[in-house]
Amino acid sequence: MDINDLRSIVTVLSMLSFLGIVWWAYGVKSNKKRFEEAANLPFADEETDRAELGLSSGDELRKTS
Amino acid sequence: MSQALSTYNYKVVRQFTVMSVIWGVVGMLVGVIIAAQLVWPELNLGFLHFGRLRPLHTNAVIFAFGGCALMGSSYYVVQRTSHIRLFCDKLAAFTFWGWQLVIVLAAITLPLGYTQGKEYAELEWPIDILIAVVWVCYAIVFFGTIAKRKVTHIYVANWFYGSFILAVALLHIVNSAAIPVSLTKSYSAYAGVQDAMIQWWYGHNAVGFFLTAGFLGMMYYFVPKQADRPVYSYRLSVVHFWALIFTYMWAGPHHLHYTALPDWTQSVGMVFSLILLAPSWGGMINGIMTVSGAWHKLRDDPILKFLITSLSFYGMSTFEGPMMSIKTVNALSHYTDWTIGHVHSGALGWVAMVSIGTIYYLLPRLFGKQEMYSIKLITVHFWVSTIGVVLYIASMWIAGVMQGLMWRSVNADGTLAYSFVESVKVSYPFWGIRFLGGVLFLSGMLIMTYNMFKTMAGGNTEEAPVLVPTGQHA
Repeated sequence: MDINDLRSIVTVLSMLSFLGIVWWAYGVKSNKKRFEEAANLPFADEETDRAELGLSSGDELRKTS
Repeated sequence: MSQALSTYNYKVVRQFTVMSVIWGVVGMLVGVIIAAQLVWPELNLGFLHFGRLRPLHTNAVIFAFGGCALMGSSYYVVQRTSHIRLFCDKLAAFTFWGWQLVIVLAAITLPLGYTQGKEYAELEWPIDILIAVVWVCYAIVFFGTIAKRKVTHIYVANWFYGSFILAVALLHIVNSAAIPVSLTKSYSAYAGVQDAMIQWWYGHNAVGFFLTAGFLGMMYYFVPKQADRPVYSYRLSVVHFWALIFTYMWAGPHHLHYTALPDWTQSVGMVFSLILLAPSWGGMINGIMTVSGAWHKLRDDPILKFLITSLSFYGMSTFEGPMMSIKTVNALSHYTDWTIGHVHSGALGWVAMVSIGTIYYLLPRLFGKQEMYSIKLITVHFWVSTIGVVLYIASMWIAGVMQGLMWRSVNADGTLAYSFVESVKVSYPFWGIRFLGGVLFLSGMLIMTYNMFKTMAGGNTEEAPVLVPTGQHA
């Protein structure tokens, strides 16, 4: 087997793993919940947001206008 | 209120963020100077001529301004989305001071003419080694923080930042391989067309991973936070991330169309560049659609204006790029000012604007203020810089297409219709407009600097507490 066969194999394997990723993201229904969780990660620490803006925990978190 | 476990390391974030603004002003000032040198050639004084200052400009804006913005914001995002203090404060401090040393060394050696002659990789070998050491430490701090995270998921912004860190390490170390002959001179380890191909494999992936993946990491945290809504489609972010990773590495040959590079390699580069349109637009759509349903926020929030406008420019330049990689289009555009226009639509429109939005988000938080000193000045900055970018890219498009058409037009007997200097002569008015666009963009940065120092005055530099993540993330 010469090196060009290896190159072709790597290309095909890369394509297959990419298709696998697409299937994993869109085809696996049970992943929906975990993606939703992950998407909300930046919002899991609003207390810290308040603290760094110098607000006490009772104040409403004001968005920069 | 949840129990505070410790505090986040904001010191290093603060240092990088402030220096990003300072280096932004310096780098863009050098850009304005070299733009002026093209309009008024008598401004090329002694060794401070265009040829010496141009690499100083590119290195300062990409690696000093962009680099500090990326390193600072990645340290902020990785702590906040991992719910843990940064790994190893001392090493993080070393990455800051080491990176500043690299920038200072670049500012000294480039005007003096010490260069490896590779575009965007000009710095000589001792500085290259320092960059590699700092970068490996940066990777250790970043991935060390991810390794000890308190949540299960690794948020998508960290995937983008992580790929940027890994890919830049790989690109820098491979492309900078050289044989030193003295402390200040070295020769590339590669020869001929291989050297050219490795250089543009590096060059285009510097665009793909430094100027794209890194700033998309920024986008995936700060757009949702500023719009106060989760990202439009997390699944799309996963797919377009991997599509970018699989595709970018092969697009470099489009910088070498119609050269000694084998024809098939040029065609492969062109095809992969065309494919890149899809994952690039995936990111743009995901970012812009995050604001969907809350468009009114765009009307009165100048920070969100910066972030969303940057995505529009990202979409524009990632459409233009694949088009320019088509060999027949490239035959017209290559070596003309069209390329300069394309680069600045990405660099000013996308990279600078997304960084500016991010820095305006970060500054009050890093100094314990509720908001920037003046929101009005952010709005002024937004309009001044937007007009600046538009003037810049429009003038370069016109000048570029005109130059390309003049260079290729021939008389009936096959001789060239125009001499080169004729194309230079007609380009002057457009170089004048470009200079004006650059001055506007620089003025915006000066407004930002004023606003930054006013915000910092009397600021509280206490570090924010690390709190137990809420909801199902614990």
